[in-house]
Amino acid sequence: MSDKISTGKITTKKLRIGWFTFSCCEDSTVLFTELLNDHWQEWKKLLDIRYARVLQSKNVLDELDVAFVEGALASPEHVEKIKEIRRKSKKIVAIGACAVMGLPSAQRNKFDPERLEEIEHILSRFSYMDHVQKLSDVITVDAQVPGCPMDEKKFLQVLNQMLKEFNIVTE
Amino acid sequence: MHQVDLTLNKELTKVEGSAVLDIKITKGKIEHCRFGITEYKRFYTQAMRGKPYKTLPALLARICGTCSNAHLLCSIEACEHALGIKPSQQTQLMKKLTMYGLNIRDHALHLYLFVMPDMYGKDSFLSLDENDPEQHQILHDAFEIKAAGNYLSIIIAGRSVHAVNPAIGGWLKIPTAEEIKQAIKKLTAARSAVLRTVERFANCKFSFDRQTHFMALVANPFSYLEGKIISDKGDSIEEADFHNHLQHKVIPYSQASGYTFSGETYMVGALARINLAKDSLHTKTKASLTEVLKRFPSTNIFDNNLAQAIEILHCLDHSVEILENYSFNQEQPVPPTQIEGVGIGVIEAPRGTLYHKVIIDKQGVVTEGEIVVPTGQNQINIEQDMARLVEELLPTNPSADELQQELEKLIRAYDPCMSCASHFLKLNIDAT
Repeated sequence: MSDKISTGKITTKKLRIGWFTFSCCEDSTVLFTELLNDHWQEWKKLLDIRYARVLQSKNVLDELDVAFVEGALASPEHVEKIKEIRRKSKKIVAIGACAVMGLPSAQRNKFDPERLEEIEHILSRFSYMDHVQKLSDVITVDAQVPGCPMDEKKFLQVLNQMLKEFNIVTE
Repeated sequence: MHQVDLTLNKELTKVEGSAVLDIKITKGKIEHCRFGITEYKRFYTQAMRGKPYKTLPALLARICGTCSNAHLLCSIEACEHALGIKPSQQTQLMKKLTMYGLNIRDHALHLYLFVMPDMYGKDSFLSLDENDPEQHQILHDAFEIKAAGNYLSIIIAGRSVHAVNPAIGGWLKIPTAEEIKQAIKKLTAARSAVLRTVERFANCKFSFDRQTHFMALVANPFSYLEGKIISDKGDSIEEADFHNHLQHKVIPYSQASGYTFSGETYMVGALARINLAKDSLHTKTKASLTEVLKRFPSTNIFDNNLAQAIEILHCLDHSVEILENYSFNQEQPVPPTQIEGVGIGVIEAPRGTLYHKVIIDKQGVVTEGEIVVPTGQNQINIEQDMARLVEELLPTNPSADELQQELEKLIRAYDPCMSCASHFLKLNIDAT
């Protein structure tokens, strides 16, 4: 891929990021790992990955510059966790259709009474919320990368913009 | 004898989706040892009912990000069988190439980003040392292989995740001559990296012996799409009969469910396929891996990793052969020969046998469906193995961290996919 991120001068500071996943199919996580094919050397220099379950075991949720969040919110624990992420992150980027608009994870919100009855025992046993929510139903979202899976070009644009905003790369 | 008290309840990392290890040991005795899938269900089995069948494959692809193209092709096959559609030879080749692209990138993701850190005592694949010549080579090999598989998926299926070219009865777009040339170049260039991958996993000392049954959809030549479902016990079953042999087992504390086959636990996935069908691999693959293939059939669960590496080479070798020798022409999709029906699709997804069933009515609407995923079939084995490993480790007085690490290594060898597995819970509320 030709659209490399670091067009300008690189400083020694790294962007502190987290990659979080709620209810979804993790398609954007997979795309993120495919983007690594072309960008891993560059991102090793630019990104301090504090939290990413797909990449590492030692994950910390402390002060983040940017949290990338994929998936919709399906349980009270999800809501608590996203609020914690919000408190600890300067910017939150919603990644992919489920985070941005709730769907398809939120398809049960529109189920008819027959289907709701079928799934009710699961919802109650595992403390699901009555309605699946998109991120902006619960927190303020600073940027979005829509798509199912996420639009790769848009993701690179947003990441590039964050790198500039936090003075990790300068023009 | 040590009298260990230990409680673990921790999220797993470097796996596909969300799961916890939940272990309680009191005075050196295991009170419980559970592999709980904590992924929240998104209810595709309910959501599919009432949808026009043409929209079904793209919907069900959303069950899982990493194996989305396997769900897509399996759902397409189920719809084709329901409506009496026999796709062309070219379409079958496109499906094959789609599965090859998927297996190359998905196996490489698992082997390098998830498993390799365990082999080097690192927390993350990216923390391998670029200044160390061996680790430098590993980093570059991983991304070269993944990129080649990703590119193959894109030129054939349109995207590597939630592909857009495969359709019921045919293919919407064929690759250009230039794309084919590029794909051959990238795949051929990655071959030596794949050979090094096989060697790395052949030399890996991890071992966990597991006497179990193996099952896979098998054909000669090796295929992820065709054949019969066979087992090491000598079973040979048609795709349509597969489900009749499965028993569904509810696992109360997990959001997923397990299966037994004719009453016994079994394993599906790359190890099962290589154990059962290594002789049908591509000639070039077999010629390059004569020594390594002698290790199979294997009951070492960690050889699932080696089997994945071998499959990457087969996928690469056969893809290059197809791309070099076949000329693709734009075709119209084959239309249905009946307007309603019941269809079953069975394919080998990267993690094992995947089953989709669909019932389509006269209006072309899906009235019912069912899906059985590989991780659901491996789940009971995984739990039994965890308990045995804990028993084996207890005399060494392990810390919680050590126990977690050893159990995660073993679970990763199965390459479970929780995004898939969460969808098939049929919970008995009275179970405790």
